[in-house]
Amino acid sequence: MARRLVYNAPMQKNSYRTGPDEQGHFGKFGGRFVAETLMPLILAVERAYDEAKQDPAYQAEMDDYLAHYVGRPSPLYHARRLSAHFGGAKIYFKRDELNHTGSHKINNCLGQILLARRMKKTRIIAETGAGQHGVAAATVCALFGLPCIVYMGAEDMERQRPNVFRMRLLGAEVRAVTSGTGTLKDAMNEALRDWVAHVEDTFYIIGTVAGPHPYPTMVRDFQSVIGEEVRVQMMAAEGRLPDSLVACIGGGSNAMGLFFPFLDETSVEITGVEAAGLGLKSGKHAASIAGGRPGVLHGNRTYLLQDDDGQILDAHSISAGLDYPGIGPEHAWLRDTGRVNYVSASDEEALEMFQLCSRIEGIIPALEPAHALAHVAKTAPGLPADHLLVMNMCGRGDKDVFSVADRLGVTL
Amino acid sequence: MRGRIATRFAALKDAGRGGLVTFLTAGDPDADTGLKLLRGLADAGADLIELGMPFSDPMADGPVIQASSLRALGAGMTLAATLDQVARWRQENSETPLILMGYYNPIYSYGVARFEDALAAGVDGVIVVDLPPEEDEELCLPALDAGLDFIRLATPTTDEARLPTVMRHTAGFVYYVAIRGITGTAAAGHEEIGQAVARLKRHTELPVAVGFGLRTPEQVGAVGKIADAAVVGSALVQIIADHLDDDGRAKDGLVGAVLNQVRSLRRSLGTAEGSNL
Repeated sequence: MARRLVYNAPMQKNSYRTGPDEQGHFGKFGGRFVAETLMPLILAVERAYDEAKQDPAYQAEMDDYLAHYVGRPSPLYHARRLSAHFGGAKIYFKRDELNHTGSHKINNCLGQILLARRMKKTRIIAETGAGQHGVAAATVCALFGLPCIVYMGAEDMERQRPNVFRMRLLGAEVRAVTSGTGTLKDAMNEALRDWVAHVEDTFYIIGTVAGPHPYPTMVRDFQSVIGEEVRVQMMAAEGRLPDSLVACIGGGSNAMGLFFPFLDETSVEITGVEAAGLGLKSGKHAASIAGGRPGVLHGNRTYLLQDDDGQILDAHSISAGLDYPGIGPEHAWLRDTGRVNYVSASDEEALEMFQLCSRIEGIIPALEPAHALAHVAKTAPGLPADHLLVMNMCGRGDKDVFSVADRLGVTL
Repeated sequence: MRGRIATRFAALKDAGRGGLVTFLTAGDPDADTGLKLLRGLADAGADLIELGMPFSDPMADGPVIQASSLRALGAGMTLAATLDQVARWRQENSETPLILMGYYNPIYSYGVARFEDALAAGVDGVIVVDLPPEEDEELCLPALDAGLDFIRLATPTTDEARLPTVMRHTAGFVYYVAIRGITGTAAAGHEEIGQAVARLKRHTELPVAVGFGLRTPEQVGAVGKIADAAVVGSALVQIIADHLDDDGRAKDGLVGAVLNQVRSLRRSLGTAEGSNL
């Protein structure tokens, strides 16, 4: 399937797809809140990306790897048994868990490593929470023979052991982060500290639609292949656009990838699902939109979990990939404009869907999209049978079997 | 009216020596001890005082200052409490310039408009690590309007083309980050620092202070000869960390040990005859 980095639909008057502005702002969100040491490099990344976007050779190289290495397009699958089980909407899964490395993260890593090569960078760093982005980064580094250092919270290394081993097999060095709370935000702090110390030779592959401009835009563009494919595939399957889209959100890259090409299709209802952890009222959750307020962290302004003094709070989620106290700035803007509806699902609900989907569809979902499925479970029964719902099955659950077994009291 | 920062650098110039800038995190390891330290710094020889505003996620800092931030927060420090300590200290010291240093989110959360409180408390300038010139409208311009110096960091990666952008709204002095890296890591070479200071001086009339990676009196003495001031942070904060009991509480002698080190750093910069500096 032919793909373009930026979906070129005819521009509409009141478009939701024109952001960011030149300073990297989506409304009041986004921006470039980084130390001066990094600023020249951030500007260089922006220039390099602007040039690459215009270069047909860059896009051709992307397309080739996406088709033959990643295995795109990923299928759009009608989940018949699950649709029948819920008894309402016609549910489709966008099967990005079938990508090489088992999640959508590889789409972005490919784009960024090809950019790093254009910039003649010789060392790659990345942060990871669930390990899916770390594995994808380690994979593209192996593919191109570049050294890769992955920062991962010590707590996350414990609950995502299979991915730690995979990254090491792929030749990456996984560095345990014990500072702060030892989770994704601290891994990102550590990666930024590494970058400040190695600006000359190092490219930082950020895994989600966050960080300083141009990262939120760049990652969104690389992930938009998801939504672009859905559009074509749904037209082929049903002859029309979907009625609704659902995706889980930590930083929000799989969701931006699915949502972005449909933002100007006003008939399409769009919902992002944050992790409610032990419940929004418990204070132990990762729902930065539902439970946070605007602040500045990791290079951008967005909704953040923080206390009255502006200190960042620990996020909590059973899913390490959603366990982040912020959200991509474009999501923050889409929330404020009202274009996208943001809801949440708890650890318990995700755990239930993890098991249900495995039994009914023969698909073991990652705990991250299990949150999206929890929202589908709540809404699908009340929708008509001709309602076309697309959920992004953005990762597979193999990595989670140990922690889920543990949670269910099963000794492996 | 000339502010305290300009007055102090003018006096240092007259005295013919480089200044000592000390960095400690406000309320580290606890509010009382932090205030005692703050009260002793000027007498021990600090020419300018940088006071860190504790933040949960200090991305540009090494382990020593990260730990100090967490200690202060653990002891209940907030931005409001930091301003309160400055106000109390300022009643006793009307001359020593005090600069708040930290990250943007606590200020943004406090409210940029309300941050004028800092001026009333006796703060002279502010250094915000994650506000580059690209984000000047956030705090830099409002702070300058209010009469607070906005002190910018220049780094080895700030090239000739970018320097004018970095200098444009800088006030008080320029803080040269001597290394590519986070606080408390290896020091840059003397010659390299000299060249960098000369490069900055071609773009600004402002004094240049050099920091990041300076630990010993020898390093400070050497930098004092080629720059207007030397900044020491992690090496002082480490002394705090070395004087905590198993429960993280300040041991007797903590304040004295930190201030003694400030004295020896200050001695390395020399004393000009006939000057109280």
